[in-house]
Parts: sequence; C-alpha cells; structure tokens
Amino acid sequence: MSRLAVPKTYKLYIGGAFPRSESGRTYEVLSASGGFLANAAKASRKDARDAVVAARAAVGGWAGATAYNRGQVLYRIAELLEGRRAQFVAEIEDAEGATRAAASAQVDEAIDRWVWYAGWADKFAQVTGNANPVAGPYFNISVPEPTGVVAIVAPQDTSLLGLVSAVAPALVAGNAVVVVASERFPLSAISLAEVLATSDVPKGVVNVLTGSPAEITPWLASHADVNAIDLVGASALDWVDLEISAADTLKRVLRPEQGPDAAAPALGRITAFTETKTVWHTKSMR
Amino acid sequence: MSFLEYAPAPESTAVLNLRDQYGLFIDGEFVDGRGTPFQTISPATEARIATVSNANEADVADAVAAARRAYERTWSRMSGRDRGKYLFRIARLVQERARELAVAESLDNGKPIKESRDVDVPLVAAWFFYYAGWADKLDHAGLGANPRALGVAAQVIPWNFPLLMLAWKIAPALAAGNTVVLKPAETTPLTALIFAEILQQADLPAGVVNIITGAGDTGAALVSHEGVDKVAFTGSTGVGRAIAKQIAGTDKKATLELGGKAANIVFDDAPIDQAIEGIVNGIFFNQGHVCCAGSRLLVQENIHDEVVDRLKSRLSTLRLGDPLDKNTDIGAINSREQLERIRELSDVGVAEGAERWSAPCEIPENGFWYAPTIFTGVQTSSRIAREEIFGPVLSVLTFRTPAEAIAKANNTPYGLSAGIWSDKGSRILAVADQLRAGVIWANTFNRFDPASPFGGYKESGYGREGGRHGLAAYLAPASIGGQGALPRAASHGAVASPSETSTDAAAEPKARRTRATRTTKASTKGSKR
Amino acid sequence: MTGTSLITARERALAVLGGEPDDATLRRYLHGIAGVDAVGLEQRAAGLGTRSIKTTSKQWALDRIIQLIDLTTLEGADTPGKVRSLVAKALVPDPADGTTPRVAAVCVYGDMVPYAVDALGAAHGDPDDGLVSVAAVATAFPSGRASLEIKLADTAEAVAAGADEIDMVIDRGAFLAGRYGLVFDQIAAVKEACRRADGTSASLKVILETGELVTYDNVRRASWLSILAGGDFIKTSTGKVPSAATLPVTLLMLEVVRDWHLATGQRIGVKPAGGIRTSKDAIKYLVTVAETVGEEWLVPHLFRFGASSLLNDVLLQRQKLATSHYSGPDYVTID
Repeated sequence: MSRLAVPKTYKLYIGGAFPRSESGRTYEVLSASGGFLANAAKASRKDARDAVVAARAAVGGWAGATAYNRGQVLYRIAELLEGRRAQFVAEIEDAEGATRAAASAQVDEAIDRWVWYAGWADKFAQVTGNANPVAGPYFNISVPEPTGVVAIVAPQDTSLLGLVSAVAPALVAGNAVVVVASERFPLSAISLAEVLATSDVPKGVVNVLTGSPAEITPWLASHADVNAIDLVGASALDWVDLEISAADTLKRVLRPEQGPDAAAPALGRITAFTETKTVWHTKSMR
Repeated sequence: MSFLEYAPAPESTAVLNLRDQYGLFIDGEFVDGRGTPFQTISPATEARIATVSNANEADVADAVAAARRAYERTWSRMSGRDRGKYLFRIARLVQERARELAVAESLDNGKPIKESRDVDVPLVAAWFFYYAGWADKLDHAGLGANPRALGVAAQVIPWNFPLLMLAWKIAPALAAGNTVVLKPAETTPLTALIFAEILQQADLPAGVVNIITGAGDTGAALVSHEGVDKVAFTGSTGVGRAIAKQIAGTDKKATLELGGKAANIVFDDAPIDQAIEGIVNGIFFNQGHVCCAGSRLLVQENIHDEVVDRLKSRLSTLRLGDPLDKNTDIGAINSREQLERIRELSDVGVAEGAERWSAPCEIPENGFWYAPTIFTGVQTSSRIAREEIFGPVLSVLTFRTPAEAIAKANNTPYGLSAGIWSDKGSRILAVADQLRAGVIWANTFNRFDPASPFGGYKESGYGREGGRHGLAAYLAPASIGGQGALPRAASHGAVASPSETSTDAAAEPKARRTRATRTTKASTKGSKR
Repeated sequence: MTGTSLITARERALAVLGGEPDDATLRRYLHGIAGVDAVGLEQRAAGLGTRSIKTTSKQWALDRIIQLIDLTTLEGADTPGKVRSLVAKALVPDPADGTTPRVAAVCVYGDMVPYAVDALGAAHGDPDDGLVSVAAVATAFPSGRASLEIKLADTAEAVAAGADEIDMVIDRGAFLAGRYGLVFDQIAAVKEACRRADGTSASLKVILETGELVTYDNVRRASWLSILAGGDFIKTSTGKVPSAATLPVTLLMLEVVRDWHLATGQRIGVKPAGGIRTSKDAIKYLVTVAETVGEEWLVPHLFRFGASSLLNDVLLQRQKLATSHYSGPDYVTID
C-alpha cells in the first residue's frame, strides 16, 4: 500500500526564521514538465527591508568572528549538504527537469564550492593584504575587510549552484547577505536555507527571498543600508537602472553574468565585497 | 620687538618662469582651446596669474583621440622597462624643479609654501619613483601573469592638492600602460601645465599624457566620452555619485575618491601633546581642504576641557597669511566660493547652538581667508558634525567609552579616514578593526605615502590609490577580454588568475546594454578631494 | 637671583603628590602622567625647526642667544688661565663690536669658581642686570657616582666660593632602578646645600642626562621629579655622553615646564646643553621656547644654552648681518 506524502511549505528565510511573506502572497512553482511543485512565498519590498535589517544586525558578529571560525562554519555547510545530497538531487531533477547525472553534478559542484571558499576564509587576507614599506617611522598595513551588507540577485538558470556560487564568496570575508533566489527555481534555495538554519551560520548572515527579482531588486539597489549589490543573476532585469540606483549611495556593484557557469569560483568574487583598510601606527624605541 | 612675529620670509618667485597664457596640452603640444579662456588667480591676493584655455567638447575629443593613438601605437607596445624609465625621468625632473613647482602651487592654490615644499612636491616625486619601479613588474600586481592595461584613462582632479593628485593619478596609470587625459581643477591649473612642460623635457611620447583645462562641463564631457576606458575622479561625493550614474552600464572602470568627515578619537590615555599636534595637523593642514581631514574631534569626556584649552593655546600660535612666507601655517582659502561655503556652515553651527571660537589672527585685506575655528558643544545631529565643511573648522564632540567612540565615528555615510590617540596598543588595534574607514591613523594623522593604499568605504568612494592596490586599479587580468565577470566598482580588489576563470564564461559575450550618454550629467564644478 | 624657597618647594611637592615623596608615591604620580609619542614629538620639533628667521628678528635672536649662553669649560685640563680667558670672552665676546652683549654666565668645575669670580670682578652678578653669573657643576659631575655627603660638600664648597648657580647631576642609576624617592631626596638635599649663610640661595639646575635616560617617557618623568624636588632649572645634559641636547628633548622639557606653570603658576627654567654649535640650531631652540612656553621665557633666569663653540658662530653671523658679507674664523677670538 502506498503512503500519502507530506508536502513541504516553502517560506522565506529572514533573520534565522522562516516567515511567510508579510504580503501574504505566494506564487506557483512548476516543474520542468509543467506540474505543480509548491507554492513559494512571493517576497515584498517590506520583506526585503526586514531582510536588510536582519543582515545589518548580523554583520558585526560574522565579520568579527575569526577567519578560522568562518572557514569552519562554511565547511560545515558542505558537510550538511553532503548529508542531504539526495534531497537536493531530487529537487533539481523535478524543478529543472535535469537528468539524475546532471542534477548530481550540480549538487556535487555546489558542495565543492563551499569547500573551496571555506578554505579561503583565513587566506585571502594574506594574498590581498600588504605590509607597506612607507618612508617613515610607521607600521603600515593594508587588510581587506568585509563591505557589510551585500544584496545578491542569484543566477536564475540553476536551482542551487548559481545561488551557492554567488552567496559563498560574499560570506568568506564576513559580509551578511540578502539573496533573491532564482524566480523559476526557488525551492532549492529554501532547502539550502534549512541547511543553513541547522548549520553554524549565525542567524541573519544569510537571508533568502523568493519571488520576483524584478519587483524586489530595485528596493535593494536603492536601500541606503545595503553596501554592495551583486547583479550576477540580473541580466533579464533593467540592470543599468539598478546600477544607477545603486550609485546614489555609491554601492559596490557587480555586473550580470550569463551562462551555465555564471559566478565561477574566483578570488575576485571574494575581494569584490571587501574594502581595503590601511592602518598606520607610529614606531619608535624611545 | 616680539620675536614671535619673526620677520617676513617670503619664498622668492624668481624661480617661476610663467607664461601669460596657457593652452591645452594635447598630443605633446600646447594648443589653444575652443572654449572661452579663463583666468587663474592667486587666492591670497586675487591677482591674476595667467590666462588658461578652456577645453570644449571638440577639444576633449581631440585629447581622447590623441591618448587613444598613443595607447595603440606607442605606449601599449612599449616594454614595461622603458615605460618605467620615462616615469623615473619624470620623477627626477620633478625633483630638479621642485622649488619652482612648490612656489607655483602655493601661488595658485593658496597653501603655505612649507606644505607645498615639504609635503606636496616631495610626495609627487615619490609617487613617480614608486610607480616607475612597478612598470616592468606588473605580473606581481595581484592579477596573475600578463595583466593588461585598460586603455585611455580620464582623470579629473581637485584643487586642494593639485600636483599631488595629478601624480596619484598619472603615475600608476602610466606604469600600468594606460594613456591619460587629465583635467585639473579650474582654480588650480598652473602646476599641471608646468608639469606638461616637464613631460616635454622628459621626451614622453606625444599623446601619452594630455592635460586639458576647463571647468565642470569639461570634466563631464571627458568622463562621458565614449573613447574612455577608465575614470579616476577625486572630488566631492555629489560629483562622484553623478559620475557613477553616468558611467553605469558602460565598460568604464572607475576609481572614486570622494568626501569624508573623519573622526579623530582621543582617549584619556593619549600622548596628549602629540594628540594636540595631531588634531591641529588633522584639521588645519592645508586650511582643512583635505578629504580625509579629522574634522570631527571625538574626545573622551573626562579630558574634554583640558584638550580644548590646550588646543586653543596651540591654535593661538598658528600664523595665518601670505602662502609664500616660509613661516605661514595657514594659507588662503582656495576660492571665494569655498570661503562662502565655510562661512555658511559655520553660521549654521552657531545657529544650532554650538560655541564658536576662532584663533586670534589678523586677516589680510585682499584674498580669501578663514581663521582656524573650533566648535564645542557640537552634537552628533548637528550639520557641522555631519557635512563636509572642507575648511579650517573643527567640531568637538565627546564620548565616554570605546564602544561609544566607535559608534559615533561610524555614524556617517562617509568612511574615508579616522584617527585614534591612545597609549594602549591593544585598544588601538581593536578600535582600528571596528572603524569603517579606509585609512586609520593611530597616534598620527594625515600621513601619505606612495606605498600605502588610500581610499574610502561607503560614500567616500571606491577603489584605492597608492600601493599595489592603486596599480591594480589600472589593470585587468589577461584572460578576460570583456572583463564582464570582474567587479568594475570594486576594481581595487579585482584579483583573479586565468585558471580561476572558466573559459566558457570568459568567451561568452556578456549581456550588456551600453549607454554612452545618460541624462545625468556630472558636473565637476567645485570638485575637491 | 634666588631660587624658590626650600620649604615651599617641598610643601608643594607634598601637595601635588598627595603623600610623602617615597618610591611608591612618586612612581604612582610619575607613571600617571600622559605618555609621549616619540614620532609625533620629533615631528613637532622638526616642524619648529623649519621656521625661517630673517632680518630684524635674526638680529634680535643672535643677541639674545649670546645673552642666554652659559659659556662653558669643563675639562680635566682646565686651569686658572683657561678660566680667566673664558671670563674675558664672556665679558667681551667681540672686541671689534662694542654693541655685543655679554653672555649669561660662565660654567666651570667647582674648584675653578674662585678664579672665575676673581676674573669677573665687578661684572659678577645677575645676568638679568647685564652682569655675568658663575655657574658650577657639582655633585660628582658628570657621573654623579659618589656618596650624598660628597655631593653636598661639593655643592656647598662651590656656593661658598661664590657660585651663583649650581648645575647638579641626578643619579641616573637610581632613576632607572625606580628609586625615585632617592633621586628626589638628593635633589632636595642639594637644594638645601645651595643655601647661603645670608638665607639666599644659589639657583639649582638639575641635569637629567637625557642621553642616559634614553626614552622620552623617562625624560618627562625625570623633569617632573626634578621640578617637584625643587630644581629651578632642568637641564638636558652634561655634554659628556654622546647624546646631548636635542630639539625634541628640549621641546619635551619645555612642555613639562609649561604644564607646571599652568598647574602652579611657577616658572621653571630650561637649559639645553651640549651639541648646540651653530646659530641656526640655536635659533630653532628660541623658536621652540617662544612657541611652547612663550617668549617671556627667553630671559637668562628661564632659559640658557650650555655651550662653548656656539658663541663664535653667533658672532660670525652677527658680523655678517652688520657688514653684509660673510666673516671668517680669524675674525672672532678663541677663548
């Protein structure tokens, strides 16, 4: 005899909690073959606002954690994902209509990217920082520090890999993230949020919004308390206007990328959301 | 007699060999501009110094075209070693003509000769020396092997450190293999034009550096010219914002060094006499016309009165007057316009209930002057504690604990610099960690060095100038033709090696809508750093 | 001139310290004073050194430098003849120019005081009145390594012989060992020994020997300690160790003197000694005094240069100003 399955309700992920959209809206997520998969929450501008507040509250603690600790926390995500590998593979097969092999490959690559970025946490500052030989009696050092709150429009063509590829590097340096998931494939994003919620990632460090990037992103681009915006998945949006809007508070902006390997692993994706801080201190024996 | 009056000790202007009229420096020659020429004056006397050409859009196009030709035919083909040698030559020529440049700078800008002579011009030479050595070592700039230049750099610089800002812009651009069109500020074009003569003496190939003079509309035309690959701007946050909008959606990379409202934090265990000097240097250096000026003094409440008293007696020894006098500490305000702004904001401070104290100095009859001024009883909500005054005006606020000091210091949309004064090393390092600013000076202030990256967080701009980071801002990794995957805005941090970038992603044309011209026109009028 | 009253100095020290001047109390006090950032101090001094002094100001400065000089000979080979020669130079620095002022004092070893007093004759007296004082180094100068008894006898003998000023050395070993109470007591005792039978007192200059204290924090603490113990002047150096007076050290000591004046109203003198050989250098010190404590300090009872070769360089510069051409060493006298 067959058992009646218990379907999952997919909600937003804000400040470590899973609220419904304050607007009460949802939208139907369909499988590749057009079947009903779930109702995803359709986030509003107020949800985006709440997510920014949660991210701002979290950034101090995350940025203040030791780099070693951040590396371990990011690696822990990979461990947990590995444990739920089958779930993500199945989700991607359903959502994207991908073959088992392709879905597996996507999950494997996503897990490996967490591992790759986890390893950078306590190294990128050594690679991109400097001790500066200034002409005077000063200790002078330049170090990269997190930019702060980073809004991300996740790549829209994949369920998991694009999202991870954009979120992971932003976390390495200690930024807190508000990410707008793929509109078509939002379910794995929320499943990832469930992984994050049970991992060691502090609440508010990653906030996941599902819904319409076209509706939500302008509010993030113009939000004065957002320090940077990664438009990697925004190629279908009016991203030039988003960039212009971001210029109002001189946000750091990453441009859209397309293709299956958007947001490919690169040190540059970490440093894009860092600020070089240079500290001078007098030096004397007397 | 009073010994303290000393006697006038004016630097001789005999070293100057100024022309009556200056053209635009395009393609290695001085040519007449097609806009209406303007006069540059001495802000200390309001006397005319010279008539300067005004570049219109056609002149801008000529300059960009010359830079493009030089880039394609000469500069991008030259070995790094030879580019470096040109930069070394320039550095030496600057040293040889150092006094002349210093006198011209003080004459045109109004800054004290002791600053132009001992700070600005030596740093100019140092900047060229530093980047000269980078020219044949670009593989080590942090972008992987064989990084490439960006092309033509449009550089718009402010009036507060005219020649130094020129060096900050031109030296790394040329070392990285770019060619340049630079526009100095309209009130301080003189040293850039003398620098053009130095380039002729150095025999720099024509078109590698073009210097065009004009006002804000010239700068806007330059920045928005479609032949430009890189924009480097130092000036106000307002203009920087307009530039960021103007170049949105284009392939232009940008470095923006914008405004600031730096906190200078004095703890009760500070080395007090040096802290007083640091406060004075922090806000009264260069008449406070410094983007990273320590304009907000955050002093621990338990030493507030002592610090203010000491500060007032110290300020009473400052000597305001003729910028060319070797004993002048405070020179002239650069322009009438800037003086009006300082006066206006100071009046706002009084209206807001803060207490104004100005050092007793005799103000000369002609020219633009403002006595060193301190506001006490300033609240964090006061406009004089939030807006950049860009003049010799210090706002004094208090704090009780390190956490409160940090919170107040960071409570600004700016994030360029900050100062910390304390004898306690662990606290200095912890506070430095927490301050959201690009340059932190601990037990010192307003120090600059070509090896040391400089630039801001938040609305103080993006990108770094100085050091390896400042070089990387003029380079792109070898493998990425369209560099679409790389952060434009965060170009200072763009570090990617070819192996890290998928060839698919690199080969695939990026979806991009370029908008050569936008409705938002940047005006660089009143630009400053 | 007379030094401050012994009793008030000690009482003031007690009041300032809030307790007996023992090691522990002095340590609490001296280590509670704000620290010195060496880089900032040296930069400030360098900045003061860039002042450009011309024409009338330079004329005034050169004459004032002469009036502030303690013309010094402190050699093992000193003889009465050498001292007489020094005094002659002190009285008439430039025989070719009668407008040249006299120096403030001659500075000699204690046993040479009678010859100095004798040579000065009627010109012996307060430099504020245009006369020339006799300063004697004492307290087992320059090392200070002798018993207190000997140091006091050394002092008393010089005073009895007619010394107007005593340049004592502190016990640097005791200072560096943290025995601040001992240093205090010795200074106070020497101050006592400066007293004459008629109740007046020779002025006491306390030599810190900054080259042996090494750090600026030490110099600042030793300055406070010396003033607390009753010194009328604080002096940088003996001239017998490699690092003598420097502009940053002098600036630092002037800052202490300024702060003491703010706190108590009392004016303490400062004497950089050793290593100041040119007018150009000496003018930097005048600028530093004027801009730190005010030009009212540029008088013989508040500022001195301990120097020997400085005088002739000043004279050469004076001749240059007077004649508008450069002079040469054969046109000034050796002493």
